[in-house]
Amino acid sequence: MATRGTTGSAFRRLTADPRHYQIAILGGLLVYGLAALDFDITGVRAAATLVTALLTQALCSTLWKTRFDPRSALISGLSLCLLLRTNSMKWVVVAAVVTIASKFILRFRGKHIFNPTNFGIVAMMLATGEVWVSPGQWGNFAFFGFLMACLGGVVVNRAARSDVTIAFIVAYMALVFGRSIYLYEPMTIPIHRLESGALLLFTFFMISDPRTTPDSRAGRMIFAALVAWGAWHITFRMFRTNGLLWALALAAITVPVIDWLLPGSRYNWSRPDIGHSPAAPDHLGHEGGTPNETEALGAYLTRNRSHGLVRPGSGRLLRLLRS
Amino acid sequence: MVWSAQALVAFCGFYVAKVDARLFNQASQVVLVRDGDRTILTMSNDFRGEPKEFAMVVPVPSVLRRDQIQVSDRDLLEHVDAYSAPRLVEYFDPNPCQAPRGRGAGAAGGGGGGGRGGGAAPAAENSLGVKIEAQYTVGEYDILILSAVESTGLETWLRQNGYRIPRGAADVLASYIMQNMKFFVARVNLEQQSRLGFTSLRPIRVEFDSPKFMLPIRLGMVNADGPQELLVYTVTRQGRVETTNYRTVKLPTGMDIPPFVRGRFGEFYKAMFSEQAKRAENRAVFTEYAWDMGFCDPCAANPLSPDELRKLGVFWLADTPAAGPRGQLAAPRQQVFLTRLHVRYDNAHFPEDLVFQQTADRQNYQGRYVLRYPWNGGDSCAAAVTYRQGLPARYEREAQQLADLTGWNIGDIRRWNTDDIRRRMGIAELVR
Repeated sequence: MATRGTTGSAFRRLTADPRHYQIAILGGLLVYGLAALDFDITGVRAAATLVTALLTQALCSTLWKTRFDPRSALISGLSLCLLLRTNSMKWVVVAAVVTIASKFILRFRGKHIFNPTNFGIVAMMLATGEVWVSPGQWGNFAFFGFLMACLGGVVVNRAARSDVTIAFIVAYMALVFGRSIYLYEPMTIPIHRLESGALLLFTFFMISDPRTTPDSRAGRMIFAALVAWGAWHITFRMFRTNGLLWALALAAITVPVIDWLLPGSRYNWSRPDIGHSPAAPDHLGHEGGTPNETEALGAYLTRNRSHGLVRPGSGRLLRLLRS
Repeated sequence: MVWSAQALVAFCGFYVAKVDARLFNQASQVVLVRDGDRTILTMSNDFRGEPKEFAMVVPVPSVLRRDQIQVSDRDLLEHVDAYSAPRLVEYFDPNPCQAPRGRGAGAAGGGGGGGRGGGAAPAAENSLGVKIEAQYTVGEYDILILSAVESTGLETWLRQNGYRIPRGAADVLASYIMQNMKFFVARVNLEQQSRLGFTSLRPIRVEFDSPKFMLPIRLGMVNADGPQELLVYTVTRQGRVETTNYRTVKLPTGMDIPPFVRGRFGEFYKAMFSEQAKRAENRAVFTEYAWDMGFCDPCAANPLSPDELRKLGVFWLADTPAAGPRGQLAAPRQQVFLTRLHVRYDNAHFPEDLVFQQTADRQNYQGRYVLRYPWNGGDSCAAAVTYRQGLPARYEREAQQLADLTGWNIGDIRRWNTDDIRRRMGIAELVR
């Protein structure tokens, strides 16, 4: 009985945080990609990425005097392994450092501005010209797409913020199908475009990151639509590659504005919610959570001091419109 | 010694018959020179019918000027093909009783050439919504640049003007019209052809500025009789090119295979390509070669000379390139990277046009298959005994490797291998 109790509580601890699922799934995808899809990355490079990401997280945690939590760093590291390609070990290491350090350095009101992996990749592409992303590496196997969608669905549902994923994919599908209908293209073309593994990975594992999306549900809807339009425009109007990544990086800059107009509660990994403004900030001070929670509390209090407590769905946007 | 595979060849536009001839649109080769937004596209095909039956329709992003269209040289394409072709290399095992020795490798040469064109004519309008934006005679080709407002009008116009358009073409043409693309239509001017004295059709080269780095393949599938072969050679400044909307896969390379393959390399390569395409569910684009044009190792053919590169449209070469060291095979380093992509495509597996991106990947890759001939000497030192004991396992390993690559029956391979080994041992006995 005692053993069962211990096992049960270990399992509960393991499943309590959606990041454990993410780590397992991203890790599984990496193994699958290396074994079955000939991903252009070696095991050594993957290991170097993960180790560098963890070391950077440890170092930054010391410097910023926060508790070391390897989980987010592992997720960022695994995402880098899945996406970033380069000929040089030097850039592998630099990319991992930039990715993790961006979380600590590029902050606004206690919240990091960019999805770390997204920032790492975009910054490296802009700054070095020595890295690339292969959106075609996943192929278009329908079953694989389906599998990824299911697995990703599990993650985002548990992250309690699947709204951003759903809003994004609905908007993106509407644009891709809309363009094909306008151009008299057969439906096999937009379906082929949407069956892309790169799109699924982005939709379920990157844009869904609850720590970098707007706090309120309405804000996330606007954000998702913005990213979808940007990605579509870059890919199908400007004819450039990696529209998804560029669009997310650009849209991330608008998040502080969206949060200011449509405030909501900051996401907490151990207490997933959809982002209502709370009646009282009791849960934000949850002990043992991520280091950002204290900052989140600070940001929350600051907001309420300067703007007054607001109900979900209302907020400054309404008042701005009224005035 | 080096052997290059027979070109497995195919095309992005479609052939339209002017008479009711059955055309087998099977093999095309395309060179895409690209830097920034500028593309220089050289299109070649293995059309074997009557020249008067040949016609080609290719969507292009803008109305091309006369100076943006040239007739190129078949030798040039053949040289690119030879330089980048998958290759077979041979090694001869040394006498295990002596110190290890080197290996043998050789090279074969390639050629060059030139191309030019003729006059131009003014534009005309049409009630079907088709407008002849430009009209040129270039070399042996009569070329029209058409714009259209709707696809059935274009299809009717082409039919009225003697082009036999395959069924279903209008559906495909429509989306290109909606994207405001123009249509490059070429057919052979028989008078010019006989005057110029060319018996085979020369490749056509066009250039344009467009952010689109793509190749329209959908028209090519309209009158296709089964899957088609397309070889795309991209020449870029920075690095390897890959497709962004399909998986790009490097073919297996560097394997040791039984020496009997020497006499049937073409057959081996076709079988291997088919097997690998099947494993990728016929949805992949295959990289056969990705190499800095400055050199090759081993060389199936010399790298292209700066002059040949310019003829292909490589515009970023220095005007007076620094010559390489005397006697060196390599062309001067000019930041020219060649990628050879091989696609076998049909409608079911390749619903949309190929979209490319240039990567920062400068790692050289080549399709290279190794034949190792065993040592047949009569020495009986301990090393020779061990060596001979190891041979059967090696033969089996090579046979398994070949079966895995090609999907050939392992029993057949073992039999062919045994016959070949016996034949070679017999020759060795005779020599002794």
